[in-house]
Amino acid sequence: MNNRIEKRIELRAPPARVWRAISDYREFGTWFGVRLEGPFVAGQQAEGQITYPGYEHVRWRAVIQRIEPEKLFSFTWHPYAIDPKVDYSHETPTLVEFRLEQSATGTLLTVTESGFDKVPAGRRAEAFRMNDGGWTQQMKNIERHVAQS
Amino acid sequence: MSRSPDASAVRRKQHAAVFAALGDETRLSLISELCAGEPRSIARLTGGTRLTRQAITKHLRVLEEAGIVHSERCGRESLFAFDPKPMHDLKEYLERVSAQWDQVLGRLKSFVEG
Repeated sequence: MNNRIEKRIELRAPPARVWRAISDYREFGTWFGVRLEGPFVAGQQAEGQITYPGYEHVRWRAVIQRIEPEKLFSFTWHPYAIDPKVDYSHETPTLVEFRLEQSATGTLLTVTESGFDKVPAGRRAEAFRMNDGGWTQQMKNIERHVAQS
Repeated sequence: MSRSPDASAVRRKQHAAVFAALGDETRLSLISELCAGEPRSIARLTGGTRLTRQAITKHLRVLEEAGIVHSERCGRESLFAFDPKPMHDLKEYLERVSAQWDQVLGRLKSFVEG
């Protein structure tokens, strides 16, 4: 178990093509399943209606963080924010990063989603420390335990 | 998006509480100790550390609030025991988010390669 999700995928298309698919709001919407209302701008909210069957009633919202052509695209959002009756804005969002690297056959895309460990605002006062090596080792121990029980 | 509809805000808050509870060295070592076996008293858990009984108690309360440990009275003492359920839930939650990304990236792959 980890406190972040990381996906690496090899795409048989040049970085320029992959970059367009990710950074152009219309292209992004096509594969992500959302009809966005305007282009992505760093520091601004992107919004649209989800088009994925069964979830058309859901609004999709993200705040665009960084746009570095053919290298990095990132935004913050609320994962699983699918209940229209719930106000998610007070919850700490997670950070999603798309990193592109040229590879022998096209593009190596690494997607990470992090920040699942962030404390809800009310509890943030409590010191939150993360010890790298210790954390990893302890999580392994715990995972082993959980797997056995 | 096929984000599962059964995951409520409440559940996510619990997940955040579990992650927060785990994000501390002292608490992780308390969990390790409780994982290893029998329910233990505060005195016993304080024994192996350089921390005060009060400090250990505070950490145990954080773990208890996140549902990772449970306490029960045993005579004049409280005994603390590890409960794996919140961590199972957390793992399941991350697996669901992870599966979601697999689907989305599968669509991206077809989109740019097609």
